[in-house]
This record gives sequence, C-alpha cells and structure tokens, in this order.
Amino acid sequence: MTVAKSQPTHTPALDVERVRGDFPALYQRVHDKPLVYLDNAATSQKPQAVIDTLDDYYRRYNANVHRGLHKLAELATEAYEHARITVARFLNAPDAKQIVFTRGCTEAINLVAASWGGANLKPGDEILVSQMEHHSNIVPWQLIAEKTGAKVVMIPIDERGQINLDTYHALLNDKTRLVAVTAVSNSLGTINPIKKMIELAHAAGAVVLVDAAQAAPHMAVDVTDLDVDFLAFSGHKVFGPTGIGALYGRAELLEAMPPYQGGGEMIEQVTFEKTTFAAAPTRFEAGTPHIAGAIGLAAALNYVTAIGFDKIVTYENELLAYGTEALQAVEGLTLIGTAEHKAAVFSFTLDGIHPYDMSPVLDHEGIAIRTGHHCTQPVMDKFAIPATVRASLSFYNTPAEIDALVSALQKVKSLFS
Amino acid sequence: MPALQGLTIDDITAGFDFLEDWEQRFSYLLDLGKKLPEFPEDARTEDNKVHGCQSQVWLHAKMRTDNNTPTIHFQAVSDAHIVNGLIAILMTLYNDKSPADMLAIDYQAVFNQLDLEQHLSPTRRNGLHAMVQRIRTLAEQHA
Ligand SMILES: Cc1ncc(COP(=O)(O)O)c(C=O)c1O
Repeated sequence: MTVAKSQPTHTPALDVERVRGDFPALYQRVHDKPLVYLDNAATSQKPQAVIDTLDDYYRRYNANVHRGLHKLAELATEAYEHARITVARFLNAPDAKQIVFTRGCTEAINLVAASWGGANLKPGDEILVSQMEHHSNIVPWQLIAEKTGAKVVMIPIDERGQINLDTYHALLNDKTRLVAVTAVSNSLGTINPIKKMIELAHAAGAVVLVDAAQAAPHMAVDVTDLDVDFLAFSGHKVFGPTGIGALYGRAELLEAMPPYQGGGEMIEQVTFEKTTFAAAPTRFEAGTPHIAGAIGLAAALNYVTAIGFDKIVTYENELLAYGTEALQAVEGLTLIGTAEHKAAVFSFTLDGIHPYDMSPVLDHEGIAIRTGHHCTQPVMDKFAIPATVRASLSFYNTPAEIDALVSALQKVKSLFS
Repeated sequence: MPALQGLTIDDITAGFDFLEDWEQRFSYLLDLGKKLPEFPEDARTEDNKVHGCQSQVWLHAKMRTDNNTPTIHFQAVSDAHIVNGLIAILMTLYNDKSPADMLAIDYQAVFNQLDLEQHLSPTRRNGLHAMVQRIRTLAEQHA
C-alpha cells in the first residue's frame, strides 16, 4: 500500500475545480446554502461516468449473466466479467478469479468469517481484531467464534488511535488463526501499518483479512505487494454504486473454502442426491448478481485510476494539513484520532456541546457530516465519549469547504453559549 | 422568559409562531431546555433510561394522589441540549394530568403545529417517539 506520505514533488497537482465538475451531486443547495459534502467515509458521490454507465447498461444491454444465449446476455456477461478484471487490476491481484463480487465490504467479511472461519476455526483458536474496527469487521468474527469455540482477541489502540506494533506482535501466538484489521480507520482516520502486520501474522502462521473500505477511495491498494490473504472493500465508498463490493482472496484459500450461500450460478451440477459446486469465484456468487453494480463499480475504478492516486494522495494530504490546523484553532475543539499516518478524516468533539446538538446546525449551514459512533463503539468507549462529529474528505473537497465547516462550528458555539 | 412551570403549551406554540427564522426557533428551543428543573442525581438509573434516543435520556415519574383525580408528574433530562428543549415541550404538554387526559393528547398535532419535526433528523424523531412512548406507557399503567 502506498502510504499517504512523501509523494514525489513532480506530480502535476490535482485540478479540484475540474474534478468537481464530474460530480453533479456536488452542485446543489441545501437549506438554501451550497452543499458542502464532508461525509465521504459514509459514502462517496458519483461521477457522471458512473451514472452514464449505469444508464447505458439499463438502456442497451440489461440481461441476466452467464445464462441466456442471446446477444444482450452476451454483452452483459462480458461487461460483468470485464468488471471483475478491472477490480483485479485495481487491486493488482494476480488473477480475476480471485475476485468475488459481494454486496459490499460487510458481506465480503461475513463470507470469509462464515466460510473460511467455519471450515478452519476450532475451540481455543484466536482471532485478532483491532479496537478500531468497524462493527462489520468485529461482529462476523464474534458470530463465527460463538459457533466454533474460537476466541476474539482485541488489538488495543493508543491515545492517538494507533496500533502499537510491539503490542500487536506480542498478541500473535500459535493459537492465532486470523488477524482482521482495517487499512484505514473510518472514525479516526488512522492509516495502519498493514504490510508489516501481515508479515508478522504470516510469521506466526496466521492469515490476514484487511478491510480496505476506507483505503480504496484514498490510496493505491496492492494485494500482491501486501501479500494479504483476504481483502474487502465497498463500491459505494469508492465512487461506485451501492450494493456492490468485492472480496479478494488468495487462490488456494478460496479454492478450499465451502460455499457461503446456495442457489443458482454457484453450482456445477445439482441432483437431489448431491450437488457439486462451481469453482471460485462463481461458487461464492449465488443467485443473480448485481450486474449493473459491478459494471458501475468498474467505471468508478477506471475513473479514479485515471485521476491517479499519486495526485489524490498529495492533494488529500494538503487538505489534511489545512483542516487539522483550521480545526485545532477552534477553541474547545478536540480532535479524536491524531495518528502520525492519517487520512483526511476529522473526528472531533466540542467542549460542553453534545455531538448530536451540532448536527442540525451544521445541516442548516449546508454541511453534510456524520454524527455518531460511526459503527465503531469500541473506539468511542476507548476515548470515553458518546459520539463524535466526523468530517471525512475526498479529493473533490476544497480548503474553502473546510473554512465553511469552521465558520459553521463558530455558529454552533454562539448558539449554544 | 418565565420559568417552565408558568408556561403553557399555547405559550410555546405562540412563541414558535412569532419567531420567523429557523435560527431563532432553534435558540428558543435551547432556552426552553435550560429551564428544565434540576434532575435528581439518584434518578439517573439504568431503569429510568429511555432507550431509542441517540443521546442519553433519563425519565422519572411520580403519581400525585393528593387530589381527587390522581395525576402523573414526570421529569426528564438529557445530555444533549436540543433534547432538553424537546423534553421541556413534552413536560409542558403532558405533566400533571390524569392518565386518561395524558393518553388523549395528540402530541403529533402539537409538534406539527410547532413545525419542529422537519428540522429533526429521522433518528432524533425516533428518540422523541421513544420518550412519548415511555410517557404513554406510564399513563397506561396508571389508567
Ligand atoms: C472501515 C469500514 N469497514 C467496513 C464498512 C462497511 O461497509 P459497507 O456498509 O459498505 O458494507 C465501513 C463502512 O462504513 C467502513 O468504514
């Protein structure tokens, strides 16, 4: 993974006004104010290229895949399978067969937990899960632990919201079967040292699942370089449609895994006596898949790749630096999550003002942010707070939008004083 | 502004009507919240917690039987200011009434008239409904 740091200076800068022009949703007024969309960790807006791709699919070649022997079915199947190749390239996966389309990151993790976990976990086995994980990378492990007698063990985080590698190393032992960790925290912005974590896990004989939901929109994710076993992400956070995501899996692991759900598509042969299953990835894609979603996701990945993560990382780091300084200047504001390596996510609290009291004021100022525990309750418990307000940025955000957030926060303060 | 006790729901409705823009109404709601009577510390118990709110809410009720018709007096508090404003409205609307009178209140109509709900997020609306439900359950138990 390219860590958001020290990019070569000769990269031409990102032209933010130009890229904003690609996102029709950004040009709206809400409550009669220009929309300032700072809720990208929840979901991203969609470029025209993705909207057009979806429109084109439904207008011209909507058909079920892998089934009909007619022209439209052929076009749809080709586009769907080509989307798989696009995802494989996006992740630098050796083979498109290692990409399973899912509903999203959550389903991808559940698939691994149920299928790989169900087949491989025994009583006493340990699953290491970091304290900063999204609930979708905690609960599936708890569910399978309950079924198999394995144990979920927490990798703690420090006051800045970081994993200490020595602490992590000390937790790895011969009972550790799997490590589940996020590449980037959605509530703290922390970029984790996942390459090193994977190396250490492998040395201890454990496999690793990386949650790349928050990494995929912001940095190059290279499964080959990482040498990761499983990696999951959601389309909608990376400028694609909702309801589609992908799981990357190491070939040997996927091949050995039992089916997750049963149905059409995933079989080789069905009789009432015995059913044999198709090879991966088809084995894990029961039923009619989200064809439009997969094709739309490919369009989104092509779109970000064309902009280039070198430019995106450089630009978002500028936003991170600008935003950190601007927010720290707001009296009474505390940033939650101050890791050394961070994505442009600002989680914060304001002295004496409940986070839920801020959201209607910010909303009325046209600012879209999220208030809550961000599906990371263990993180809130760690910092002993009920919730944070979170502004999560994307490459289409501007310093002026950070200024708008800051002045809206001044308004919050004056209203609640 | 007078203390909460002296206020009627009509005063509050008139107050909201009088204020033109959202910001003024919002400030008014916050001011109402500041008028809540002190919530007894020992009533901040798990049992008194209202679930279904994003912020923490405690609600504690007493029956008053000194009159011919028993009435219910309740008190609530939240760690969020906006919610305290909503609590102030609910206390004005429901408090010191007989269970039957409480159950007859159409709170939805009152909130519609206040034009407040559209400014509350759906989750906050759920929290408001959770508080109302708790009050109605209390009334039903004593009806
Ligand atoms: C780090 C992380 N993991 C997983 C998810 C779950 O993604 P989805 O709800 O799209 O399946 C999210 C979404 O917020 C996330 O931020």
